[in-house]
Amino acid sequence: MLAMSKYETVIGLEIHAQLLTESKIFCGCSTKFGAKPNTNICPVCTGQPGVLPVLNKKVVLLAIKTAITLNCKVEPRSVFARKNYFYPDLPKDYQISQYELPLATGGYLEIEVEGNKKRIGITRIHLEEDAGKLVHQGAERIMGSEASLVDYNRTGVPLMEIVSEPDIRSPQEAKAFMETLQHLLQFIKVCDAKMEEGSLRCDANISLRPKGQAKFGTKTEVKNMNSFRGVQQALETEQKRQAELLDSGGKVIQETRYFDDQTKQTKSMRSKEEAHDYRYFPEPDLVPVEPSQEWIEEIRKTIGELPEHKKNKYEQDYGLPPADIEVLLSSPALAAFFEESLKLYDKPKVLANWLMGDISAYLNEHKKGIEELNFQPAKLVEMLQLIDKGTISGKIAKTVLVEVLDSGKSVQDVIKEKGLTQVSDAGELLKIIKEVIKSNPAQVEQYRSGKKAVIGFLVGQVMKASKGRANPKLANELLAKELGS
Amino acid sequence: MTMQHKTAHELHSLLSAKKLSSLELTEAVLSRIDRTEPKVQAYVTLTKESAIKQAKAADERLKNNDNVTPLTGVPVAVKDNMCTQGVLTTCSSKILANYLPPYDATVVEKLRAAGAVIIGKTNLDEFAMGSSTENSGLHPTCNPWDTKKVPGGSSGGSAAAVAADECILALGSDTGGSIRQPAAFCGVVGLKPTYGRVSRFGLVAFASSLDQIGPLTKDVRDAALLLNYLAGHDPKDSTSVDYPVPDYQQALINDVKKMRIGYIKELLGKGVTRPVRSAVEKAMKKYQELGAELIELSLPSFEYAVATYYLIAPAEASSNLARYDGVKFGRRSNRSPDLLTMYYNTRAEGFGSEVKRRIMLGTYALSAGYYDAYYLKALKVRTLIKNDFDRAFSKCDVLLSPTAPTTAFGLGEKTADPLSMYLSDIATIPVNLAGLPAISVPCGLDKGLPIGLQLIGRAFAEETILRAAYAYEQNTDWHKQKPKL
Ligand SMILES: [Zn+2]
Repeated sequence: MLAMSKYETVIGLEIHAQLLTESKIFCGCSTKFGAKPNTNICPVCTGQPGVLPVLNKKVVLLAIKTAITLNCKVEPRSVFARKNYFYPDLPKDYQISQYELPLATGGYLEIEVEGNKKRIGITRIHLEEDAGKLVHQGAERIMGSEASLVDYNRTGVPLMEIVSEPDIRSPQEAKAFMETLQHLLQFIKVCDAKMEEGSLRCDANISLRPKGQAKFGTKTEVKNMNSFRGVQQALETEQKRQAELLDSGGKVIQETRYFDDQTKQTKSMRSKEEAHDYRYFPEPDLVPVEPSQEWIEEIRKTIGELPEHKKNKYEQDYGLPPADIEVLLSSPALAAFFEESLKLYDKPKVLANWLMGDISAYLNEHKKGIEELNFQPAKLVEMLQLIDKGTISGKIAKTVLVEVLDSGKSVQDVIKEKGLTQVSDAGELLKIIKEVIKSNPAQVEQYRSGKKAVIGFLVGQVMKASKGRANPKLANELLAKELGS
Repeated sequence: MTMQHKTAHELHSLLSAKKLSSLELTEAVLSRIDRTEPKVQAYVTLTKESAIKQAKAADERLKNNDNVTPLTGVPVAVKDNMCTQGVLTTCSSKILANYLPPYDATVVEKLRAAGAVIIGKTNLDEFAMGSSTENSGLHPTCNPWDTKKVPGGSSGGSAAAVAADECILALGSDTGGSIRQPAAFCGVVGLKPTYGRVSRFGLVAFASSLDQIGPLTKDVRDAALLLNYLAGHDPKDSTSVDYPVPDYQQALINDVKKMRIGYIKELLGKGVTRPVRSAVEKAMKKYQELGAELIELSLPSFEYAVATYYLIAPAEASSNLARYDGVKFGRRSNRSPDLLTMYYNTRAEGFGSEVKRRIMLGTYALSAGYYDAYYLKALKVRTLIKNDFDRAFSKCDVLLSPTAPTTAFGLGEKTADPLSMYLSDIATIPVNLAGLPAISVPCGLDKGLPIGLQLIGRAFAEETILRAAYAYEQNTDWHKQKPKL
C-alpha cells in the first residue's frame, strides 16, 4: 500500500443493465430467465435469412427513464449500428448496438464515500441486444471442448450500457458507484440489477498516474467482476499490480484482463493488438430513434421523487436518523408505504420504528415485499391510533400486527376476535389485583417493609394474569393504592 | 393463343366467368414448363404438387365467389431469395442449398392470402449479386429470345419464366437494377417500387438499404395489379412506410398530354449502343406525338453512381452474409477440427466467387482506417445523387432513359470482366441509391433481342410512371412480341 501513495488511480466503468421488459428488444419472444434451452426463440432472434428487427418501444422508454434519472440529455435522434464479429453465440454474427449516436449523453450520478459526496460523470447511455449462451463439453472454453452447445434464449434480451467518465478515483468509489446505481435502477424499476445473477454487469478501465500529473496513464480493462465486493477486490488487485509494475520501472500494457474470483488475481485475456475491428456501420434495417419532447416529459412525470431527494427530506423534514432512512429507502414500496402513512399519522419516527422493526422482520421472515401483502397504510395507522388511545397496549399491538399481516383482516376484527382490548376498567382490574396480592404474600410483605421496587414484579403478575391486556399505568396506580391501604 | 400466353387480367376474366379453371391453367403452365424449361432453366425449385393443391383451392374460391381477387388461381413464380415456409429457399447458393425456412416472407403471405398459385422458385445470381444470373451457384438461366444469351440478372429466372410463359406473374427483387435489367433483356415489364413501399420481411438481404421487391409481368396492367397486392406497411419491417396504397389500376390512363418527361443526357451518351439509343429516341418521339413535353436534363452526379453503389452494397452485404457460418442452418463443412476452420471451410466451400469478391470489398470498405474514405464518402455521394434527382423532379414528372446500355449479352461474355458487367447497371443503380420507383417496358428489338425503356418517378409516385408506361404500351406493340422457343 506504501507504493500507492505516489499514484492517483483513475477508473471509468462500463455497465450493462438488463432491462425489465416482457419481450426481447427486436422480436416478441419472452425474456423469462431459466426456460428450457432454445424455447424462447423465433426466426428473428435466431438470425434466419430474411428476418428484420423491430424495436420494442418499452426498451426505449426504460432507457429514457434511466437517462432522466442520471441527469443525461436524451438525444433527439439516436441510431442503431451493427457491431460485426463472428462468434457462435451471436446468430447474425453482428450485434445490433448503438455506436456514434447513443440514446443519451452527458449526465452524472452522485455517490457518497465516508460521508463525502461526489459527482461521477456519465458519458453516455445506449441500447443493444444480448448474445446467447454457450455451454462447452469437455472443457471450460470453446478451445479444447469436444462440442459446444448454444442456447439462444438470451439472444436479443435488451441491454442498456451506461458508460461513466473516468472520474472514479478508488476501488471503494467504484463499488459505491455500482451500489448507488443498483439502488437507483431498482428504484425506478428499469432493471432488477442483481450482479450475482448477471442482470447488472460491469467492466472497468483502470490506470495509474503520478499524483499531480494531468495526463492519464496506460489503462487496462478489467472484466468478470460478478459482485460489488468483486468490483472492489478486482480493482484493488489491479491497482496494486500496476503500482508495483510502475515502481519496478516497468510499463503497463494496454490490454483486457480477466478477474479470477477464486485466486483474486487478474490475468491477461488479449492485448490491444489483438483487439477486434468491429466495422461498425449504421443498421439499415432500423430507423433512427427520435423520441418526441412530449413523450420524454410524459416519462419524466412517471419517475416521481428519486432516492436522493427523499433522503434529504427524511433527514431534514422528518428528522429521521441515517439508519432509519437506509431501511426505508431500501425498497421503493416501503418508502411509498411510509409516505402514505405519514399523510394519515404525523409521527415519522413512530412509523419508522414499526416499519423497520416488526414489519421488516415479518417481511424478511416471509421473503416478501410489503406490496405483496394485503396491508395498507390505513391499517398501520389505525393500529397506532388504538395504541395512542389506550385501547390496546404496545405489546398487544405486536401480536395484533402479525395476525393482521397473516390474515389480511382489519385491525378491529383481529382485536375483537381475540378479545385483546386493553383492560382500563378500574373495577375489573381491581379484581385481578386482589387475586395477585392474595397469591404473593411474601412480595407484598417485602413491599410493605419498604422494598418499594418489588412493585414491578407485582405489576408483571397483574399483566400476566390479564394475558397482557391490563393497562399497565392504571394497574400500577391501583396496585400502589391497594398495597398502601 | 394458348392460355399460358395470356396476362393475369385476361385470365382473371376467364376464371371469373368460369370459362377456365385454375387447375386447367396451372396444368397448362406446368406442361409448358416441361417443354421449355430444359432450354431456359428459369427455376431452381418447382412446387408442382402444392401448386395443384393451391389451384384446386382457388377453384373452390372462384366457384363460391369467396374472396376472389385478380390473383386468385393465377400461377406466380417467386424469386428464390424470398422465404417460403417449408419450401427450399436457396438464394441460388450452395451454402443455402438445403435451407427450409420456418416462415413465409410477407409478400408470399400476401400472395397466398390473395389466392395466387405459387408454381416454383426462380433462379438468380447467388444472393442477387450479379447482372446475368450466371453467378447462380446452381445453374445458369438462358434468355428465351436466344438461349445463347443471358437473361440479365439478378432476377433472371423470374424474367425468363415470364417471357417463356412458364408462369403468368413473377416476383423479383431489385438492389441495383435486378428487376428492370432482366425485364429489359427478356422483353417483359419490371417494376421496382419506392424503397419502403413493399415489405422486405422474408427477402434474404443483399444490401438492406437498397433491396426492394417488385413485379415482373407481361404488361403494365399486370404490374399495377400485382403491386396492389404487394404494397403496404408491414409492422415486421421498420423501413416499410406507412403511406396509403392507392389502387394502381386506377392510374392506367391512356393520356400523357402535358406530362413533363425529362430525358437524362448522361444516359444517352457514351457506353449506350446505337440500336438502344435509337429505340429510346423513338420512344421519346412517341411521347411527343402523344402530347407529352420533353425536357433535356443533366444529372452530373450519375458519373459516381456505380462506384458509390459498389461501396455501399458490398459493405451491407458483408454484414448481411456473415450469418452463413455453418452454426445454425444451411451448409456446414464437416472436415474442420476447430471453430475457426469450420467458419473458413464452410464459407470457402459454400460461397461463389462473386459473393466472396463482394464480401471482401465490403469488409475492406468498413475497416478501421478506411471507413471515412470509402463508406462514409459513398454515403455523401448518395446524398448528392438524391439531390440531383430532386432538382430534376422540380422540372419534370417522369425521367426517361434506356434500362440497360445494351441488349442481352452472350453467356460467358462478361464473366471474366466483372467491371464491365457492373457497368451494365449504370442506368438503374442511381434509382436504388435514391430509393425511387422505376419501371422498365419493352421499347424495341435489335437482332431479335428486346430493348427496355426505363421510366423513373418521384418517391411514392408509382402511379405516374405506371400511367406513362401504360400510355406508351397502348400506343406501341412491343409488349406483344414473343420469343420463339
Ligand atoms: Zn425471438
